[in-house]
Amino acid sequence: MVQTDLIKDPHVLTGKLHWGVIPFHDPVVMPVMIAAILGGLFVVGFVTYKKLWGYLWDEWFTSVDHKKIGIMYCIVALIMLLRGFSDAILMRTHQALSTADEFGAGYLPPEHYDQIFTAHGVIMIFFVATPLMVGIMNVVMPLQIGARDVAFPFLNSLSFYLFLVGALLVNISLFVGEFAAVGWLAYTPLSGIDYSPGVGVDYWIWALQISGLGTTLTAVNFVATILKMRAPGMTLMKMPVFTWTTFCANGIALVIFPILTIAIAQLTLDRYFDFNFFTNDDGGNQMMWVNLIWAWGHPEVYFLVLPAFGMISEVTATFSRKRLFGYTSLVWATIVIMILSFLVWLHHFFTMGSGASVNAFFGIMTMIIGIPTGVKLYNWIFTMYKGRVELTASMWWVIAMLITFTIGGMTGVMLSIPANDFVLHNSMFVPAHFHNVIIGGAVYGYFAGFTYWFPKATGAKLNETLGKWSVALWFFGYFFAWLPLYYTGFDGMTRRLQYIDNPEWQMSMYIALIGVAMIAAGIGTQVVNIAWSLYKRNEPGYKDVTGDPWDGHTLEWFTASPPQFYNFGEEIQVSDRDPLLDMKQKGTAYKRPSKYGRIHMPKNTWAGPVLGMLTLPFGFGFVWHIWWMVFASLAAIIACWIKYNFERDKDYYVEVPEVERIEGEFLKSNEGREFYFEKHAKHYKKWNPSKENDSSVVAK
Amino acid sequence: MTALTNDHDTHDHDDHHHHEAEAADRYMFGFWLYVISDCLLFCTLFATYAVMSQNFAGGITPHELFDLNFVAVETALLLLSSFTFGMAMLGANEENMGRMKLWLKITALLGLGFLAMEIYEFVHFSHEGATPQTSGYWTAFYSLVATHGLHVTVGLVWMAILFVHFNRDGFSHENKIRLACLSLFWHFLDIIWICVFSFVYLRGAM
Amino acid sequence: MSSSEKTHGGQAHGSVKEYVVGLILSIVLTAIPFYLVMSGVASDTFTVIAIVVAAIAQVLVQMVFFLHMNGSSDQTWLTASAIYTVFILLFVIVGSLWIFEHLNHNMLMGH
Repeated sequence: MVQTDLIKDPHVLTGKLHWGVIPFHDPVVMPVMIAAILGGLFVVGFVTYKKLWGYLWDEWFTSVDHKKIGIMYCIVALIMLLRGFSDAILMRTHQALSTADEFGAGYLPPEHYDQIFTAHGVIMIFFVATPLMVGIMNVVMPLQIGARDVAFPFLNSLSFYLFLVGALLVNISLFVGEFAAVGWLAYTPLSGIDYSPGVGVDYWIWALQISGLGTTLTAVNFVATILKMRAPGMTLMKMPVFTWTTFCANGIALVIFPILTIAIAQLTLDRYFDFNFFTNDDGGNQMMWVNLIWAWGHPEVYFLVLPAFGMISEVTATFSRKRLFGYTSLVWATIVIMILSFLVWLHHFFTMGSGASVNAFFGIMTMIIGIPTGVKLYNWIFTMYKGRVELTASMWWVIAMLITFTIGGMTGVMLSIPANDFVLHNSMFVPAHFHNVIIGGAVYGYFAGFTYWFPKATGAKLNETLGKWSVALWFFGYFFAWLPLYYTGFDGMTRRLQYIDNPEWQMSMYIALIGVAMIAAGIGTQVVNIAWSLYKRNEPGYKDVTGDPWDGHTLEWFTASPPQFYNFGEEIQVSDRDPLLDMKQKGTAYKRPSKYGRIHMPKNTWAGPVLGMLTLPFGFGFVWHIWWMVFASLAAIIACWIKYNFERDKDYYVEVPEVERIEGEFLKSNEGREFYFEKHAKHYKKWNPSKENDSSVVAK
Repeated sequence: MTALTNDHDTHDHDDHHHHEAEAADRYMFGFWLYVISDCLLFCTLFATYAVMSQNFAGGITPHELFDLNFVAVETALLLLSSFTFGMAMLGANEENMGRMKLWLKITALLGLGFLAMEIYEFVHFSHEGATPQTSGYWTAFYSLVATHGLHVTVGLVWMAILFVHFNRDGFSHENKIRLACLSLFWHFLDIIWICVFSFVYLRGAM
Repeated sequence: MSSSEKTHGGQAHGSVKEYVVGLILSIVLTAIPFYLVMSGVASDTFTVIAIVVAAIAQVLVQMVFFLHMNGSSDQTWLTASAIYTVFILLFVIVGSLWIFEHLNHNMLMGH
């Protein structure tokens, strides 16, 4: 056959590619492919018809503005959420049908089903959770610390395109060839060339390698930004909690993503050049892959969840109309989690057989890391205590998070006991647990932050009613979808089952299907909400006139919505942990400074999109063994890098009259505002002590 | 974005120096963070090497192949190149172009010598029957040592690019930052080599 | 980092003397383990300990004399991040070795 010949001996021009790799016969993929092509053509046609290409290129694609890059991250993340969630729907419907007598074995063949659960995990972690979080960080963090941009704006743009290429490769695999069918962490030796000779694992490799490089660069960028670009006066212990968690999360990413890079590179060498890292014979060690992937993978979980904790903190403090309870303990809890997160990775493979002492150590470390996490829950609860809690949609997400995440944390402690884990390992209980913490902890946190900062990024508030509906649908949907699976897991159902032969689990699968339908409705509500609120963006009730719709405490609310492209007209002097609240109370907020200065800004550059997108043919060529494409794109990448390196004229100044004009408009929109603390002076006096009672002053 | 000017000559000098000092600090720190992430790349490779250090699969062992005299010369070349880069940095601090370039050229030659020796060694080992495909041990050995060699290669290419930069703009603010970053990178590679010759070659030859 | 110091108010950074001392110390710390291994005068255990000690010492020497790290207050973040990195390196390398030693022991893999 042509196909097997090509695998052994790829064609010079087209590598392993041939018409057979496009799934023309597949009744599920083909309509999706046709819809995607038509949709793509429609978008291209629309943009061309409206003559928007120039605008998009100048103002968005080449932008080095952290706010625009952040928005682009969020857009891609939300599109990928739809893709990843449709995989979830496929899995749940398949399992529901595969236990029913009249349908037999469901409707997805094993190799397709295996690709779906692999793609679901990869997409949700790397191309939904990560970019949604990085997007929100991008928009918010520089504003919170009073900076004009991130430390390395060009690098930020490059990171985005590297991530985008990863997402594109995953999507291309749906239509050209196949995706990995080996689980989201591609355990060896199954993912080795002997057991996975197709291109699926290669797509997995290059999608993760390229987007992982982007995440490493983001970590460098954000850590440098937070340490070197804070507004004068903002000492470490005056940083907003979201900035703190962003700092710790990127401190984690900085040292773990290289581990992933090397592990994937080793798998690449095994697959392409017959190296023996993780092979069965010739002295390979498959468990080393599991060891490395989890040495990256467990800290990665905290990389994802810490910023969500930060978002929860900001939302809770703002809508409880109090300062955050126990700021110092929250910061230290974050730092402790950051360090401990490196010492628990073996709990993912207790059953490997490294013995009682090793398992006991990692089990105990896993239990210990629950303590600082518990501290945070009390921080949020005590922030609400005696506060004037406003139950906005963001606050609903917070409450959904507190309940769901606590339950997920407790099942985690159950799994941390090695003896328990031997019973539950690889059962449905495990996915039920980690969905409980990732959805309950990270995703609800992101949605709280997304709802909270949406007006800052776009200038329009989201619809509260629709927002609350999506919280309710997600919240109850989650428990409908996963409580039955906790049960079946406990009852012995292993994860990733394509065929279920136990009729007793049928009802559980049906209930889970109801749950996934509810979550689908919740996501649908969110999509409608975003579209509707943007459509209504200039109407009262939606439009954010002042740039401070929630009467916030931190600096991101000290700009317009969306912010001026240079963020702040003046250099802000910070003297308090809640700088904006402090300024409001002192009466110095939204007042014209004595003098504006010219503002130094980076210019947009072609280099981010061009360099980033060139990694697409590089990765694609590697996947299909098209070596000329690999070398050509590598040469082009090096050439473009050098060209960019020799460019001059990368920055410009915004002149004073321009600054005065824009700032004048912004200040005018804030004239005559009455702040919350003025309306509720008594509450504020009691629960938001001013300087005299501040603990740091008392400590002196 | 309107009303922007690109005229670099109009703004006052205080402003300019403030930006330069701030940018140098920021870039050096950013590069330091990159070096940390690079450190973890090597950490992972060392961990793999350590775990697989006995996985010979019945094949040839390092004890039979390693020639410590050869490694000592390699080490001397790289250590000296670290020193000569230091001399080049001293030349750059005095803005003495001739001295800086001379020391940089010596550094590049030492680096090239190191690289040539490493390639010779790899070819030699392969002829003796130790290729990356031979066993888990040699897989780990080649990937670790070659990753270091690849970094040295990148450092040499970077050096060549820097020569062009210095010919074009002399001791400009940007060029000084570039040179300082490369200096950090080069010293870092020497530090990694200390670990390579200690834990791979010396330990393997015992 | 030598060059970043310059930006902190142009203090002195690196001198010929400093580099020469660093070079000599590095040569000595390289020569000792090479000699021990090549001559085989000492016991294996002693040699291994000497290799480790000399390597750590030389890394420190190069950080101080070539990279000019001195733990001063304007290098707070350099020092802090270096210590953080060392901890993570130890976690990953020592952790992996420990895990696999026990695994090999329990699985009777050649040990």
